[in-house]
Amino acid sequence: MYKLGDSIPTRNAYGDTLVELGRKNDQIVVFEADIGKSTRSAIFGKEFPERYFNIGVAEQNEMAIAAGAASCGKIVFVSTYAVFASMRACEQVRTFVAYPHVNVKICVSHGGITPANDGVTHQATEDLGIMRTIPGMTVIMPADAVSTRELVIAATQWDGPIYLRLTRDGVPVIYNEETSFKIGKGILLREGKDITIIAIGDMVSKALDARDILSKQGILAEVIDMHTIKPLDESIILDSVRKTGGVVTVEDHQVECGLGSAVSEFLGENYPIPIQRIGLRNTFAESGEYELLLKKYKMSVDDIISGCFKVVGRKKKKR
Amino acid sequence: MIDKTKELERWAQLLRYDVVRMISNAGSGHPGGCLSAADIITCLYFKEMNIRPEEPDWPDRDRFILSKGHACPVLYAALARRGVFPVKKLKTLRKAGSFLQGHPEIHTSGIDMTSGCLGQGLSVGAGMAVAAKIDRKFYRTYVMLGCGEMNEGQVWESVMCASHFKLDNLLAIVDYNRLQFDGSVDEVLSPGSMVKRWKGFNWNVIEIDGHNINEILPAFEKARNTKEVPTVIIANTIKGKGVSFMENDYLWHSLMDRDKLAEKCKQMKKDMENADSFYAKRLW
Repeated sequence: MYKLGDSIPTRNAYGDTLVELGRKNDQIVVFEADIGKSTRSAIFGKEFPERYFNIGVAEQNEMAIAAGAASCGKIVFVSTYAVFASMRACEQVRTFVAYPHVNVKICVSHGGITPANDGVTHQATEDLGIMRTIPGMTVIMPADAVSTRELVIAATQWDGPIYLRLTRDGVPVIYNEETSFKIGKGILLREGKDITIIAIGDMVSKALDARDILSKQGILAEVIDMHTIKPLDESIILDSVRKTGGVVTVEDHQVECGLGSAVSEFLGENYPIPIQRIGLRNTFAESGEYELLLKKYKMSVDDIISGCFKVVGRKKKKR
Repeated sequence: MIDKTKELERWAQLLRYDVVRMISNAGSGHPGGCLSAADIITCLYFKEMNIRPEEPDWPDRDRFILSKGHACPVLYAALARRGVFPVKKLKTLRKAGSFLQGHPEIHTSGIDMTSGCLGQGLSVGAGMAVAAKIDRKFYRTYVMLGCGEMNEGQVWESVMCASHFKLDNLLAIVDYNRLQFDGSVDEVLSPGSMVKRWKGFNWNVIEIDGHNINEILPAFEKARNTKEVPTVIIANTIKGKGVSFMENDYLWHSLMDRDKLAEKCKQMKKDMENADSFYAKRLW
């Protein structure tokens, strides 16, 4: 369905998958907050109007309605943008979705700075951290269209709430359709020995690009796609760092509270080694073209590479 | 044989006693709003709602959400008195390890949804009503709102939504005691005409005396027979109803004087024991 190397927004894969799921499972219900054409939930609405509800521009109401329907046995998908689900409706997520532990799957577009030229109001760069702090939440960002499809399908079988973040803009397809995905299990994409790059979402393909360049410069990096940051796949991290002795985390998010934090917290308590986090550092981004923003905010392939050199250097000093 | 109204009035009085006893025992809680809601809760749980006390999760049961979740002692009392859990559990309110949390929690038997963070219950109720419509089931969803929480914008989002989706299986009940935490609703944030507000959003509006069982029950019936639009019952009530020093005093929103309440509790017990054998065998 999705060809390797094609650039596809993961929100598109979400919409396609919803329809596919809707045909197989009549318990699936979708709530949307008046951006169905953008989140791609409208595709589901067209085929299943009796199970699709446009709640209007009212995300707090949307989230609590979703909780109510889920408490009556429905598998509920909530579509909106990441900023609104995680911040406008944060308390509703915490108190009505997470605390009762109902089957609400919050699948939200415009994660990180992928809505680039829309500007800061639409770029969610704190959402993973906010959601990760809520007890019982599962927090996911797939790297491409193939993994989005697989993880959205897995979400319907998962007991309890999920926050799954999507991209507005295209990201390259990096997986073939034979790859299997499990929520909470990272994917070892490339083996290496000098350093481990752990990336999430749209940054996974950037990590792969960085690895290619690094290998020409004599550094062999292991690359892990940590599509689920909660629950964190601790064993894949341990297995890798025992070999490499250093980590660079890469996320389209503030470096606080997201992937970098999750990995640092785990390693700090269990296996302290040099670590460098790539992501936004206490700043909002701005409107602009995605690749230019990555450069300006030090999240580009070059920045991943220099992060790797830093960690490799610190490893040597340690010896 | 005593008539239905008299019987319900007795249950309501017993719930009032339970509330006073529970809160003085716990040392904290919100008595005023429990007492204003007691007659309506009684009518819901002892007459109107289709529930199975022995099977609280029965999928076809009517749902109830206490959006003004701080009034949960009166709901816990109703559940206990209907036999969902033992009455003796009421003394564990707000204690560590108890399933009777300070605000309602979905994992407690008989509680259909967590609540207490104000302004959100009607949205949840709309979600339940939507689920019933999709499944073509006949259970109804009842949501009780406080008038203070109607300051929250989300209430009006859910009000719009319920009429838009024609949720005639949803009933909102406003416990309109006109007092909120810091004072009267007019002092804090004047609501204007409560009836006109709901009418403006195309709801079927019924205004009643929320302490008169002969007005409460017919209002429920009218709501059940109203199709295509949701119904709201604006129930004019008295905060603290039934305990003279609490009535219409906003300071009794929360427990103000534990000793005074404990004293009242003893007095109530004595009076009720002497008044009727119905009470005598049920007091604790």
